[in-house]
Amino acid sequence: MTTGEPLIVLDGVNKHFGPLHVLNDVSLSVGKGEVVVVIGPSGSGKSTLCRAINRLEPIDSGTITFDGTPLPAEGKALAKLRSEVGMVFQSFNLFAHKTILENVTLGPVKVRKEKPAAARERGLALLDRVGIANQAEKYPAQLSGGQQQRAAIARALAMQPKAMLFDEPTSALDPEMVGEVLDVMTSLARDGMTMVVVTHEMGFARHAANRVIFMADGRLVEDAPPTEFFANPRSDRARDFLSKILTH
Amino acid sequence: MHVFADPTNLDAYLSGFLWILKLTGASAVLALVLGVLLAAFRVSPVPVLRAVGAAWVSIFRNTPLTLIIFFCFFGLYSTLGLRLSDDLDRNNYWLGVIGLSVYTAAFVCEAVRSGVNTVPAGQAEAARAIGLTFFQTLRIVILPQAGRAVVAPLGSVLIALCKNATIVGTIGLIEASSVMKDLINSNGDAVIAIFLVFAGTFAAILIPTGYFFGWLANRLAVKR
Repeated sequence: MTTGEPLIVLDGVNKHFGPLHVLNDVSLSVGKGEVVVVIGPSGSGKSTLCRAINRLEPIDSGTITFDGTPLPAEGKALAKLRSEVGMVFQSFNLFAHKTILENVTLGPVKVRKEKPAAARERGLALLDRVGIANQAEKYPAQLSGGQQQRAAIARALAMQPKAMLFDEPTSALDPEMVGEVLDVMTSLARDGMTMVVVTHEMGFARHAANRVIFMADGRLVEDAPPTEFFANPRSDRARDFLSKILTH
Repeated sequence: MHVFADPTNLDAYLSGFLWILKLTGASAVLALVLGVLLAAFRVSPVPVLRAVGAAWVSIFRNTPLTLIIFFCFFGLYSTLGLRLSDDLDRNNYWLGVIGLSVYTAAFVCEAVRSGVNTVPAGQAEAARAIGLTFFQTLRIVILPQAGRAVVAPLGSVLIALCKNATIVGTIGLIEASSVMKDLINSNGDAVIAIFLVFAGTFAAILIPTGYFFGWLANRLAVKR
């Protein structure tokens, strides 16, 4: 588990929602191939941090650099950057009027201008990889939540991203479907994908993460390897959080 | 029914409704294109475009159609000299199409905009996250779903447009309601019969139209 050169670098990032200081001087560096899990109580700014990395949330001050380039403002350059960063949402957000396969091939065809036949072939291979190749011609509403989320992961992977962002990918799932999504994410992590994962799944954090980031009140409170963090949290805030979630 | 047994009257009746259908058809196409464009303006991130869309809707939705049609004739044609055809009927027809289109576009815009709001915002975020531009997101993800959601309301707009087309009679185009007025003036003994024939013809055209749009809305509905 070595970390390569930095791919995602946040430096002194601040963001307010009205009076709420949702990101407070956050600095973070994620290396190539690294899997960083972000945990923390609700409202601590984890999701905002994740969404800021591909500028779905603009920031007030500080800098975010992706693969050596600062995040561009709106426009073509930003669209290009977003195409290189895969994003998986809590509520899947599949395109409801397109089939699963069309969801997966839309980006490659419309953004990367790939030939439909080639995109289709790769799309089917990706659906096979996430275990839903037999659902390719169905519409999102016909799939279970777990299948939809795996389709959404395939859609993000179809862009051959340099990094993947997961914003609470299992929080909207029925308990019996959480495992199938985490399995896909674990295999991605093993294959060396750079990942930033906001989650409440402590098991995933333990076995798949290189580092665990603990956030509270918009601040990045702890940053440690998972074994160290779970065995020996340094801050009171993290100890308190862990005692509440790990006792049940 | 002696009135419609007269071939001259029958011809007038048919040509009156033909004008109505032509006015409706041309205006529907223009209003749809213009209305969708205005809806795109109204949801765009560019403030100037949003202002243009909002102004258009405010102005044309709140001005009586009769005034708009009058303006097309007395303003655009008589005063500003906009001549769309050498044939007087054709000229009035196209002036009517302009008036009906700009007016109806405001209603199409608002219907489509309400349809845009039925598409979960997360889908737009997902589209941007895979690198689609704003207009690609609108064209490929948002509008196809918004369009399906507003098929039924657009049917109502189309029905209103068809009936509104009779107002073009006020600038001299001999469409159905003008024909009806002429026939009533010259056949005082059959006023109610003439009225019922014209009203019945509108109903015969529009009731199936309404059912068709209802059927289409069900068929195209996006499963969520």
